[in-house]
Amino acid sequence: MDFKIILKKLDPVAECRKYGLGFWQCPNSLFLVMGIIIIVAMILTYFIGIHFVEPEMVIAIVSIVTIVLLTIGHSLVGSFARIAEANRMKSEFVSIVSHQLRTPLSALKWSLDLFRGKRLGAVNDKQKEYLDIINESSSKMIKLVNDLLNVTRIDQGRLVMQIKAFSIEDLIEEILKEMEMFAKGNNVEIRFKNNKKLPDVYADPDKIRMVIQNLIDNAIKYSRKEGGWVDIKVEKNEKMIKVNIKDNGLGIPEFLQKQVFGKFFRGDSLVRQKVEGTGLGLFIAKGFIKLSGGEIDFDSEEGKGSNFWFTLPIAKK
Amino acid sequence: MKKILFIEDEPSLQKAISEVLTQEGFKVLSAPDGEEGLKSAKAEDPDLILLDLILPKKDGFEVLKELKADEKMKDIPVIVLTNLEGVGDVEKALTLGAKTYLIKANYELEDVLKLVKEHLRK
Repeated sequence: MDFKIILKKLDPVAECRKYGLGFWQCPNSLFLVMGIIIIVAMILTYFIGIHFVEPEMVIAIVSIVTIVLLTIGHSLVGSFARIAEANRMKSEFVSIVSHQLRTPLSALKWSLDLFRGKRLGAVNDKQKEYLDIINESSSKMIKLVNDLLNVTRIDQGRLVMQIKAFSIEDLIEEILKEMEMFAKGNNVEIRFKNNKKLPDVYADPDKIRMVIQNLIDNAIKYSRKEGGWVDIKVEKNEKMIKVNIKDNGLGIPEFLQKQVFGKFFRGDSLVRQKVEGTGLGLFIAKGFIKLSGGEIDFDSEEGKGSNFWFTLPIAKK
Repeated sequence: MKKILFIEDEPSLQKAISEVLTQEGFKVLSAPDGEEGLKSAKAEDPDLILLDLILPKKDGFEVLKELKADEKMKDIPVIVLTNLEGVGDVEKALTLGAKTYLIKANYELEDVLKLVKEHLRK
C-alpha cells in the first residue's frame, strides 16, 4: 500500500486529472519535460562544443532548444489559465446557487416566523412542535448556504471584514447566554469569568462571533457523556489577546489532526454517531482569524480533550 | 399612522413583512421594482423605506442614489433588506446613505420589526 502512495505522489499528472487536463496540458508534467530538455540540451551543447568548433552549429542548436522551450512555456501558461478558470467557475457556481437559495429560504423563514410569532392566530402545542422542526431545518439550510458563501469568499480572497474595536470578553459572555440551553442539554458545564479587565480587540465582531460559536459548539458536540466541561480563558500577550477554549471531551486522534482545518473535515468517526454540521466551520474559522491578523491552532489528545486557541490584535487606543 | 414603503420584487417576502407591520399599526406601501418604488416614495412621502437591492428596472443602488439626490426625499431613512452580499455591496449601500444593511435570510421577521421601530423613533 505504501508503495502505491509513493507512486501516486510521483505521478505528476494526478493533480491535473481533477481538472480534466492531460499530460501535455499539465503544468507539473510540462515542468518535468522542460527540465529534462534543458539538461539534455546543456550536455549536448557541451559535447558538440568540444567536437565541432563551428559557432554556427552551436547557435543553431541553442535556437532550436529555445524554440522548443518557448512552445512548452506557452502551453504551460495556457494550462495555468485553464486551471484558474475552472476554479473560478466552481466558486462562481457556488456563489450564484447560494444567492439564489437565500431568497426562497428567507420566504420560508419569514412565513414560519409569522406562525411562530402567533401573528396568524393561536398555535397549539402539537402544531408548535412541528413548526419548530421546520424552523430548525430551515435554519440549518440557511447556515449551510452561509457557510458555502463564506468558503467561496475565503477561496477567492474576497472576504470583506468590517473591523472595529470591541470587548472579546463581553462577546463571549453574550454567546454563552445564547448557548446555555445547548450546553445543559448535553450535560456540559461551561466555565468562564468575565473579568472586564482586558483591552479591546480589533476585528470584525460578527465574524469572530461565528468563530467562537463554532469552537464552543464543537467542544460541546464532542464532549464526554458525563462530567464534561468547557473552560474558556482569555489572556493578554504582548500585542495580542489570546482566547483558549479547552474541553475534556473526546479529543482528536493524531492521524486526523492534520486535516482539522481542511474543508469538509468531520469528526463523525470519533463518536460513531451522527453529529450535525457541514465540516466547514473550522476552515471558515481559520480563514476569518488569518484575515484578522491572528492565529488559530489547537492541541489535542485522544480521550483526554482538546484546547483550541486563537489570537487577535489588540485595538490601539 | 406611520407609512413604510417596502421596495421588493419577491411577493412572498412582501406579504410577510406587510402582515407584521400592518398588525403593528403601520401603513405599508409596496413597490415591485425600483421605478415604482421611486414614484411611490415621491408621491406618498413615507416615514421609512425598506429597500431590496436586486430589483427589476432600477436596482436598489440606483434607487438609493436618486433618493439621496432629491431634496424632498433625502431625509427618509432607508434600511437595505437584501440577500446580496458581494464584495463592496455593504460599503456601497452605506456610503450611498442607507442607515443599515440586513441580510434577509439571517434576520427573523420580529428582528426586522424591532429595527424598523428603532429607526422610526430616531
